[in-house]
Parts: sequence; structure tokens; C-alpha cells
Amino acid sequence: MDWFDKWAITLAVFIPTVGAAVIAIVPRERDRLARGLGLLFSGVPLLVGILMLFRFDFGMGGAFGRAGALQFEVNLRWIDALNANYHVGLDGISLPLLELTLLLTFLCFIYTWRFLPEPGRPKAFAALLLLLETGMAGTFVAFDLVLFFVFWELVLVPMYFLIGVWGGPNREYAAVKFFLYTIFGSVFMLLGFLAMYFRSDIPGVGHTFDIVLLQQAGFPTGIQNLVFVGLFLGFAIKVPMWPFHTWLPDAHTEAPTVGSVLLAGILLKMGTYGFVRISLPLLPDASRSWAPAIGVLAVIAIVYAALACLAQRDLKRLIAFSSVGHMGFVMLGIATLTPIGINAAVFGMVAHGVITGMLFFLAGSIHERYHTREIAEIGGGMLSKVPYLGSVLTFTAIASLGLPGLAGFWGEVMALLSSYSPADGLSLGLFRTLMVFGGVGTILTAGYFLWMLQRVNLGTVPDRWQAKVFPDVLAIEWLSWAPLLVGTLLLGVFPRLVFGVTNEAVSNLVGLFT
Amino acid sequence: MPAIDYHAILPELILSGTILLALVAATALPRQRSWVAMPLSFLGVVGALVATLTLIGSDRATFGGTYVVDNFAVLFKVFFMVVALVVLAVSLRYFREGRFYQGEYYFLLLSSFLGMLTMPSSRDLLMLFISLELVSAPGFLMAGLRKGDPRSNEAALKFFLIGVLSTAVMLYGMSLIYGVTGTLSLTGIAEVLSGPAGGGNLALAAILFVVAGFAFKVSAAPFQFWAPDTYEGSPIPVAAYLSVASKAAGFAGLLQLMFVAFAPRADFWAPIFAVVSVATMSLGNLVALQQRQVVRLFAYSSIAQSGYMLLPFALVGSDAAINRAAFAAVVLYILIYAVMNLGAFGVILAVAREAPGALVTDFAGLIRRAPALAVSMVLFLVSLAGIPFLAGFWGKFFIFSAAIDARQAWLAVVMVVNSVISVAYYLSIARQMIFVEAPQDARPLRVPALVSTVVVLAAAAIVTVGVFPDLFAHFPQVSTLSAP
Repeated sequence: MDWFDKWAITLAVFIPTVGAAVIAIVPRERDRLARGLGLLFSGVPLLVGILMLFRFDFGMGGAFGRAGALQFEVNLRWIDALNANYHVGLDGISLPLLELTLLLTFLCFIYTWRFLPEPGRPKAFAALLLLLETGMAGTFVAFDLVLFFVFWELVLVPMYFLIGVWGGPNREYAAVKFFLYTIFGSVFMLLGFLAMYFRSDIPGVGHTFDIVLLQQAGFPTGIQNLVFVGLFLGFAIKVPMWPFHTWLPDAHTEAPTVGSVLLAGILLKMGTYGFVRISLPLLPDASRSWAPAIGVLAVIAIVYAALACLAQRDLKRLIAFSSVGHMGFVMLGIATLTPIGINAAVFGMVAHGVITGMLFFLAGSIHERYHTREIAEIGGGMLSKVPYLGSVLTFTAIASLGLPGLAGFWGEVMALLSSYSPADGLSLGLFRTLMVFGGVGTILTAGYFLWMLQRVNLGTVPDRWQAKVFPDVLAIEWLSWAPLLVGTLLLGVFPRLVFGVTNEAVSNLVGLFT
Repeated sequence: MPAIDYHAILPELILSGTILLALVAATALPRQRSWVAMPLSFLGVVGALVATLTLIGSDRATFGGTYVVDNFAVLFKVFFMVVALVVLAVSLRYFREGRFYQGEYYFLLLSSFLGMLTMPSSRDLLMLFISLELVSAPGFLMAGLRKGDPRSNEAALKFFLIGVLSTAVMLYGMSLIYGVTGTLSLTGIAEVLSGPAGGGNLALAAILFVVAGFAFKVSAAPFQFWAPDTYEGSPIPVAAYLSVASKAAGFAGLLQLMFVAFAPRADFWAPIFAVVSVATMSLGNLVALQQRQVVRLFAYSSIAQSGYMLLPFALVGSDAAINRAAFAAVVLYILIYAVMNLGAFGVILAVAREAPGALVTDFAGLIRRAPALAVSMVLFLVSLAGIPFLAGFWGKFFIFSAAIDARQAWLAVVMVVNSVISVAYYLSIARQMIFVEAPQDARPLRVPALVSTVVVLAAAAIVTVGVFPDLFAHFPQVSTLSAP
């Protein structure tokens, strides 16, 4: 299996690209063939991903930073002029996110087998989704800053077209806003990367973009602070953190269903992953001095998003705003710089990907039936009109609001817990205040989800829908949702599924702060 | 009288022969056959290209050291010959279908390219001046080839007047330089300028004058305003030639002047380049946002791109490593820019055959009418905007990295903000092609085979270089000019 260990990541990342190229030459009329190839070329990477789970040495947990501790590592020369390499690998933090990416994309293709938004064009749709998958998966495995940046930006163009062609009525505005916002942040991130490159002088290597090597660079504090600002702009816009979140409600609302699923499920995690993977280990001093500010912004996001959700009338927009809040919890966990907090953050990322991905699938399916997403127009009674769909919505919403026993619980509660005792050198008073406000946020979150359920699920079916016959959850929907529903339950009951993987990598990382 | 090294000037000789042949052939043949001048020219350029390739790795000097063939010269000559082939390829249909004197056009075009061949080899002010004029003068005429169209007349006249004015200023500057230094050789000038004579106001003023002449050539602010009108009025292949070849020739000359002759006074002129670069890119990008006509949009886009290429000049200083990085960044950017811009002009040409106005809205629904062309155009646009994994990103990347290395991060930040602005108008074309439906009566676009070949090849090159930037990245390093 040596061969597999060496090439597994490359296969998982680039089989979708090959698929995109293959689909590009399929004749336009062969609708089913294009969708089938999409299934195939996202299914094979998932199989590779599952195999990797069996080959992954959980005992090592991927001790990021210790030489040779990355698993499935490949380090090939790529651009000699820059000393940039094709360096990919997996540790305990990347693994769950990579698996999530592979799984969600495959589920999106299952969903697309039946549902393809206007104006059709399955060929282009499938090719773009596959290209997107390469970008997303690559971001989580890249251990070279240039490579990371290339994958990071690779996501933009497919998503721009997915929103702009297959989106809702206001799609063009949303697509451009998404693109400009993200690229604005990421170019500053690139400048930060370059600054690190030129300020690094690793014995025997010289200037380098290698994320593992750069940990030894030990930049002076002044440089760290400057670079941190550049990186912060890139990551914070992607997360998005308040007040950089304004692209999100538009993009998520206008995007087609699977576009929203991937935006919320994966793309947002790229930002938080960037903080954990790059900002914290490479710029520890700056991270410590910026942590309080990040914590404050995170809590503002939690409370603000919850209040905004209470005011939403559009179901999909409500879910979009709820993402801002959930990512706030993730950022709060990161800001504490403690093992519990960062474990909670990674857990929160995975849980949010599973749950909110599911919520966006539901929003799409509700729209397929009612042809509206206005909560007032749906008008209640969904549980009696389409009982399975209503039940699934209840289950997922309750998971999202953080009910113990389901996936949403652990990320939030541990983030709050960790802010009770943040890392040394961070203000206890501030973080405990943040904890209180975060707690208020959880109550508000429960409030808007329950209120939404009351307005959509409960009550009697309005007259206008009485005569209409809606199909309940279809087989294809069950197929694409089942893994997420099961995952929500499993992660809630056995949080060790994630913590067991991440813990060691996180403790290594946090060693820098204690 | 020292012997002339005929091998060193073989490409120029072949091209000169071809020029005469094309002129004679076009007059001798009946009108409907005069297009034959194009394949003739094509073959001649291929011959010159092959001759240039035999010079790889050589380091020859002739004409008393004023004419040098080294790696730098060969790199640019190969580049110019390839560009010439592309421009010729996209010209054929355009000039056959319009009412043009084809023989004249190919004669003028090749004459201009002859100037480009001599430009990177010129190592004294006189040769440099002759080369620059040989590049420019045919351009004035070519801009006016659409004789029936007043806009083309205006294009030529504007180009001519401003061109002549800037030439006069530059010549004045060169004469002052000669007065101060007593030599025309670039390395000789550098030697004198590094001494006490270089600090005088006269020398500095002379440098400014010369730079102004080249600033016109590369359409840098504040000498940029001829570009949009001239591009719009010219035949489209000529606009492509102006925005790529003629601009690159200007940069080839500027590189030699700044990195060799005037290098000792970099402390004086580098800050000026910083201001010019920032002004050029900002002006180009902001005005491009307003454009509705594609050729005009690309004119402003190419002004903005000039701004990017000028940025590394602002980084020149006493640190040799940074100078090398800056030099490499300029050369690399020119190479990459040429590929993506020529590709984009190929697409514009194809669209303009059926919609001569070439408005941005004429691109509506192109993805349905000509999918391969539209996808290639998206690649060019995204690449021009500098987004990975396409070649344009690496061009910008090397400029950013040189700026950061030189501790001039503010320039990198300005360029970054500019890149983001440029995304907006590049995407506006992509948006038309893909998001907007074509009008009801639109048929599939018929594209000349040569044009689509060029476009697809350019797109393939953009992607290949984007994935393996090392293919290009080591060219500039081997071609570094030897500074004194």
C-alpha cells in the first residue's frame, strides 16, 4: 500500500479535475451522462478518502510540526524559482475537513441527479462543481503557502459561475459581490505570505513557503503583527467574521441549493482553517495579541447574527445568517488559544458543515415544493402536509440550535467553556464577559430556530396549499441526506469521532501558547 | 572598418528581404490575389525565427559593439517573432474581407517588427533611437489603414502628433546625455553617470526627457491618452499589435536604458517610476470600469497593465539581488501579458466580424454561439485579472514578491487594490458571455480557422504556464542584462 499512501491525497484532489475535463468533452445532449460522470468522479475521491481513513494512523494523530509527522505526505519540487513545492499532507486537523469536503460534494452530486436549477446545462454544472471540489480539497491538504493560495483562489471562479448562472433572481449582484469581497481579502493574504517568505531564513533552506518549516522561522513581533493583519483580512472575509460578513447572506441566498450547501459546508471553513493552520502556528505572538479582538468580533457575530435571524422572512436567508453566528462560535474557540477551544473550533467546523449543509438541502427541497421560501407564505402546517420533510427539518434545526446529544452541541458548549479559562496572557475578565454574551447568543439562537419551526412546521396548512399535492421526501433525497442525518446523530453521541482525531494535532499546536 | 558579423544579423537580413518581397508581390499580383503577401510574410518570419534560434546561447557583438546579440536580445527577438506570427495569423481574414491595401499593411507591419528585432540588440543611444523610430513610424500609418472611417483618421493623426512630439523630447534628452557624458554607448554612459558628472541637474533632466519618450511608447501616464482613441480607430489586428508588440518593444528599450545606462542614478528616477506606475495603473483601471466598447476597454486595461510592468522599475536601487528580481519580473510579465492579451484580441476580432461596433453587449451569450472561444476568453480575462491558477497570476506574483523583497510593500498594496478593481471590468465581459442570453436572431459564430487556432493555443499556454510556472520563470534569469 506504499503506492496508495504516497498518491492518495493527489488522487482525491485531482480526480475531480480530470472529471471536469472529461465532462467538458461530453456532447451537450447527453444530460444523464454528464450527471453520471459527476457522480463517478466525485464518488471515486470519496472512496479514496474512506480508504485513507483506514490507513490513517490515529495514534499519531498527525503531530503537526514534528518533522515527518504528516501522513500521506508528498513533497515534490514545483516552482524552483520560488522554492515553492507541491507539499501536501494530512494531520488530525486537516483530515476531518478533507473527509467532509469529499462527502458533501458527492452528496451534492446525488442531489443533482434529480434536481438541477434553471437553466439546466448539466454539463457545465457538473464540471464546475468538480473544479470546485479540487479547490476545496486542495486547500485543506496544502502545506506550502503558494500551493495553498492557488487552491484557495481556485474556488472563486467556479463558485462565481455557479451563483451567477444557476442562482436566484438577484444572482449576478450576489456573484460579483462574493467574488470581489473574497479576492480583496485574499490578495492581502498573499502579500502576507510573501512577507513571511522574505523574512524567513531557515538554516539549509533559506527563504521558504513551506508551512511546516516556517514554524521555526520565529519572526520578530513587529513583522508578525503586520503579516497577521494581511492574513486576517483574507481569512476573516472568508469565514466571514462580523463586520466582513455582508457578502454571505446574498451569496448563500442566491446560490443554487448545492452551491449554498458547499458554500456553507466547506468554503467558510477554509477561513477558519486558515487561522488554525497558518496564523496561529506561524505567528504565535501576533495571534496572542490579536486574540482578544478576534474574540470580541466573534461574539458580536454571534449576537448580531441571532438578532438578524429573528428579523428574517426568507427561510434560506435565515439559515445563511445563522452560519455567521455558528462561525462566531468557531472563532471564539480559536481566540481562546486553548486546546479545548481549538478542538471545539474544529468540531464546530465539521458539525456546522454537516448540519448547515443539511439545512440548505432542506431549504432547496422546500422551495422545490412550495416555490417560495417566504416563511409567511409557507404559513405553517408542514408537519401535517409533508410529515417526513417536516420531521427532518425539525431534527436538523434542533441540531443546529445546539441540543445536547446532537452534533451542534459540542462545538458551541466547548467554545464557551474554553473562554472561561483562555490561554495564559489573555484577559480573564474579557473572555468571561465574552462567554456570558456568547451564552446569551445560544439562547437567542434557540429562540429563532424554534420560532421558525413554529411558523413553518406547526399549525394548520393554509388554504392555498390545501389542494396542492406535494411529494414527501423522495428516495433520492433520502439518499443524499441520510449520511448527514446519521452524522449529526453520531457526532452528537460520540464526539470522540472528531476529538479523537484532532486532539493530538491541536495539543501540538497549542504547545506554542503555553 | 571591422568585419560585420553576418550570422548575428541574419534574422534582420531575412526579415528585410521578406519586407521587400511582400511589397513587390502585393503590387505585382492582381488585387484578388494580393493576400498572398501574408503567407509570404509568414514564411519570412518563420525563417527569421529559425535564424534567431540558431543564436541561442551566443554572445556576439558587431558594428563596433553597438549591436549585441546576447541572451536578453535573443529572448526578446524570439518573443517578437512569435508575436509577429500571431498577428499575421489573425490579420489574414480581416484584411482580405475589408477594403485594404494588403501589401502595404504587411510591408508596414514587418518593417515595424524589424525595428523590434534591432531594439533589444541596440547598445547605444543612436541605435536605440533608430530602432524605436522604426517601430513607431509604420505604426502611425497602420493606425490609419481604415481609410473610410474618420475615427481611423483621428487615430492615426493623434498617434502621429503625440508620437512625434515625444520623439522630439526624447531626442533632445539624448543629445543632452551625449553632451554630459561624451558617449553614446549605454555602458559608457553608466560609467560617467556613476561619477560626479552624473549628479548634475543637466544629466537628471536629460534622463527625464528620455524616459518621457519611452513613457509615450508604453502608454504610461501622463502620456497615455492617445492609446484608447488609437486602439479604437485602428484595424483590430493593429490594435492587438500596438497593445502587445509595440508596447513590449518600448519596454525592451526602457529595460536597457534604466537597468544599464541610467542605473547609477536610480536613486533619482526610481521614485519617479513609482509615481508613474501608480498613476498609470490606477487611471487605467478606473477609466476601464466605465467603458462599453471592448477595444477601448482593452486599451485602458493595457494602460493599467503597463502600470504593473512599470512598478518593478521603482524598486531598482543599490541591491543587485533586488535589481535582478525586478528585471526578471518585468520581462516575465511582458511575456505573459503578450500571450493573454493576444488571445483576448483574437476573440474580439472574431466577435467584431459580425458586430463591427464591438460593444461589450455584443458578447452576450457567446458561450452558446462559440463555446470554445468563450471559455478561452474567460481564461484570458481571469488571467489578466491575475487570479490563480492561470499565467497572469504568476506575472503579478513575481512583481509583488519583488516589491515585498525591496521593502516597498506600499507599492504592492496599491497594485493589489488595483487588481481587485480590474476584476470588476474583466468579469463584466465574462458576465455578458455567460450570464446574458444571446439575442433571438443570433446564430453560431463563424470563426476563421487561423483565429481559433491562435486563441486555443494561447489559452492552452495560459493554463500550462499557470500550472507549471517554472516553464517561463527561468527565462528572465538567464537573460539578465549584464550591468556594468
